[in-house]
Amino acid sequence: MTRRILLLALLVAAPLHAQTVVTDSAGIDARTREIASQLRCVVCQGLSIEDSPSELAQSMRAVVREQVMAGRTEDEIKAYFVERYGERILLSPRATGFNLSVYILPVLALLLGAIGIIVAVRRWTGGAAPASVETDDPDLAAWDELVPRS
Amino acid sequence: MNWSRAALGLGIALSIIALLGFGLTRDPTAFPSPLPGTTAPTFALPVMETGELVDLADLAGEVVVLNFWASWCVPCRYEHADLVASAGRYQTRGVRFYGLLYQDTPRNAGTFIEEMGGVNYPTLLDEGSRTAISYGVTGVPETFVIDRDGTIVFKYNGPISLRQLEAVIEPLLVDPAAMTSAAHGPGMP
Repeated sequence: MTRRILLLALLVAAPLHAQTVVTDSAGIDARTREIASQLRCVVCQGLSIEDSPSELAQSMRAVVREQVMAGRTEDEIKAYFVERYGERILLSPRATGFNLSVYILPVLALLLGAIGIIVAVRRWTGGAAPASVETDDPDLAAWDELVPRS
Repeated sequence: MNWSRAALGLGIALSIIALLGFGLTRDPTAFPSPLPGTTAPTFALPVMETGELVDLADLAGEVVVLNFWASWCVPCRYEHADLVASAGRYQTRGVRFYGLLYQDTPRNAGTFIEEMGGVNYPTLLDEGSRTAISYGVTGVPETFVIDRDGTIVFKYNGPISLRQLEAVIEPLLVDPAAMTSAAHGPGMP
């Protein structure tokens, strides 16, 4: 049992260590892709430089790869681009200050909307039951008998 | 009519309209540059015509104008004459002008220059767009002016004019020593 736990612990710990040192080609490719996916292509709307086919995006990917190979961290590489292109180069706005509203407002709006709907539905169905229909139609009268009133 | 409800509805509608009015009139493709006011990134690029290396570090103490351009860039044609005129006027006063080729080939660049009647300042080759990325270039043409301290004091996206360059370069060329003697009046030591 203890051997199993130990093995499990090692398996979990291994990838955590892999984050810090990247020397193999596959690792470099993966890190480059990961970081490039967070940078916006300035030429093609709404695409990351990882997905964009434009020449500038390719050049920027090469810059990211060079920096990954030089051992720079993800934050350092992102900072390099933000210094030169401004905050907009990041596909996801940094969650600080005013930008927090981008993350909080949708959740808030959803909650308020849900509350609003619950209140409205309560109001609509909580009222008195509708009066029975006065009619000569025998079928409708038969139906009226069958349908239970709340 | 329920006035308070109407007022609330109107308030909410107006707020949303105001927010949209602000948000929808902004340009989603714009990348306002954080570079003006910061130190110009270093580079060492070869001159297209001679292969000789131009290093920004060697130009410390000079006013430098960098123009990123390409032969496939239509507005670059409009600004060419003004750039040549500015270079003609200010190179004699010590300002350095450089054209940095962006995502293009020397052959196309040569054809462009020939078509436009020649150029009076060096064209530098930026292989892999490293320098362009270093300067936060998003397209062409883009013009940068660097002062004597190596700080980027001006960045412009779009075809630059002689007038704009004059307005930016003249103040940078004012000689501090000449200014103090002028303040003392003529004839004073």
